[in-house]
Amino acid sequence: MQALYAQLLVGLINGSFYALLSLGLAVIFGMLNIINFAHGALYMMGAFVAYFLLNLGGINYWFALLLAPIIVGIFGMILERTMLKFLTGLDHLYGLLLTFGIALIVQGVFQNYFGSSGLPYAIPDQLRGGMNLGFMFLPIYRGWVVVFSLVVCLATWYLIEKTQLGAYLRAATENPTLVRAFGINVPRMITLTYGLGVGLAALAGVLSAPINQVRPLMGADLIIVVFAVVVIGGMGSIMGSIITGFALGVIEGLTKYFYPEASNTVVFVLMVLVLLVKPTGLTGRAA
Amino acid sequence: MTTLTDDTLRASPRAMRDEMIAFAVMALLLAAVPFTGVYPFFVMQALCFALLACAFNLLIGYGGLLSFGHAMFLGTAGYCSAHALKVWGLPPELGILVGVAAAFALSIVTGYISIRRQGIYFSMITLALSQLLYFIYLQAPFTHGEDGIQGIPQGHMFGVLDLSKPTVLYYVVLAGFLAGFLLIFRIINSPFGEVLKSIRENEQRAISLGYRTDQYKFLAFVLSGTLAGFAGSLKVFVAQNASLTDVHWSMSGEVVLMTLVGGLGTIFGPVVGAFVIIAMQQYLASFGQWVTVIQGSIFVICVLTFRRGVIGEIAHYFRRSL
Repeated sequence: MQALYAQLLVGLINGSFYALLSLGLAVIFGMLNIINFAHGALYMMGAFVAYFLLNLGGINYWFALLLAPIIVGIFGMILERTMLKFLTGLDHLYGLLLTFGIALIVQGVFQNYFGSSGLPYAIPDQLRGGMNLGFMFLPIYRGWVVVFSLVVCLATWYLIEKTQLGAYLRAATENPTLVRAFGINVPRMITLTYGLGVGLAALAGVLSAPINQVRPLMGADLIIVVFAVVVIGGMGSIMGSIITGFALGVIEGLTKYFYPEASNTVVFVLMVLVLLVKPTGLTGRAA
Repeated sequence: MTTLTDDTLRASPRAMRDEMIAFAVMALLLAAVPFTGVYPFFVMQALCFALLACAFNLLIGYGGLLSFGHAMFLGTAGYCSAHALKVWGLPPELGILVGVAAAFALSIVTGYISIRRQGIYFSMITLALSQLLYFIYLQAPFTHGEDGIQGIPQGHMFGVLDLSKPTVLYYVVLAGFLAGFLLIFRIINSPFGEVLKSIRENEQRAISLGYRTDQYKFLAFVLSGTLAGFAGSLKVFVAQNASLTDVHWSMSGEVVLMTLVGGLGTIFGPVVGAFVIIAMQQYLASFGQWVTVIQGSIFVICVLTFRRGVIGEIAHYFRRSL
């Protein structure tokens, strides 16, 4: 049973990353009509920024948790202003191709300087050790990742669904021209939205740094799984992305326990099943 | 929404004549390669990728469907041909047949699944399906995992053509490429191809005119996947191995890049693109990972400033269809 709980926890952690990444993809897709293929590379950048902050600037994990998403978010906003902006009105596919190119550039540069092996990032002192829950031993850092990710996901949901700013955002997703006519600076909102989505990816990167090592290709395979998560859940609803992300992580964890050979493929197999049964994805709306 | 290609110039008798002339020039140039001292291995490799890119282009350029998983057909056909040649000891022509049949079967299954969603979702689904196959091949015993299938015998095609001789192999690969290319050319100019283009331009309208667009898209997917598999089977004879690289997502990305550089929805673009990208990899091999950075930069530059691609720009300048 110990092993089962341990795999469930690993599943929840992976689920946190799926949720944070697919949430960002959904928010970006809503505003920019672009599937951000660079999401995995920017997740990796988040982890690397945390690594640099610690090893070059002596800035600890807690500040990195705040600074890395901001730094990567600004990098993302520069990308949006200098490149993505020019794709407005073109076929969706060009957005995918452009961001794929950006991902190759970012990953290639990091691979050149850091190879393919992992760099260690120590767990912060305050989150070391573990707790005995009676039925299992819980490493505190892992528990923290799950709880903190959940809080960030729900805060993002609240921001978009319940606040004034979120209302503008949802309105601009539906009809940007009309929202602009009301005097709201829609291009700036688009830039900020991209920054927000990218920041969420970077945050996931910082969270994963102490668990998975910091590697240039850490986001490359992850992003493909996240795409499958997005196909399963659909990008129509924020809460849908969060729930699907966590649920698939848990299912993956269970598979690792019951049938480890399929743990790499279970998400893709589920995607196939969902497409066969309900082609529009679980949360409905057709794209 | 702006479409991917402009082919207002197509379908006139003059366009057809231009394309036939261009095809004859290309075939003659390629047939002359063994007499020029150009490294034949390089050209053969480029021809395999050119066929793959042409097959991919059939789907994106004429069907408007961006597959991000075409490596799965290349790799599947490669593995199956390699296994048939090495383990079963089949002759080359049957080895190719096994690979193409496998790609055909795979494209029926994956096409049935991925055609259910459009646009961007279609791309993500094909990418996910090819990653699923990657993991299956990583674990399956017959692919030998990380090592791949090595030392594949080339054999005698139809019992007479000794494929271990570079010149003979070159002409066999060239014949395979030209046959595949002509088939794609024929498909594009057929009534089926015209319906496909109308679906790309305006699917709702095609539906209202009574076309079952899903069936057309499915057939295009199967044709594209099977031809991509043919490229994979030919490649086995050139490289004499089949490995995980051929099923990896980065391979799917390279195919997209070749077609984009040459020109989406142009007939000769994917061929030019394949030669450009393979030549670039050849010359820049010593730069290690910088090749990835350069490829990424080409993607960015092409999408931002050069969306028609090499052949697309030429065709646009001369107002011809190529």
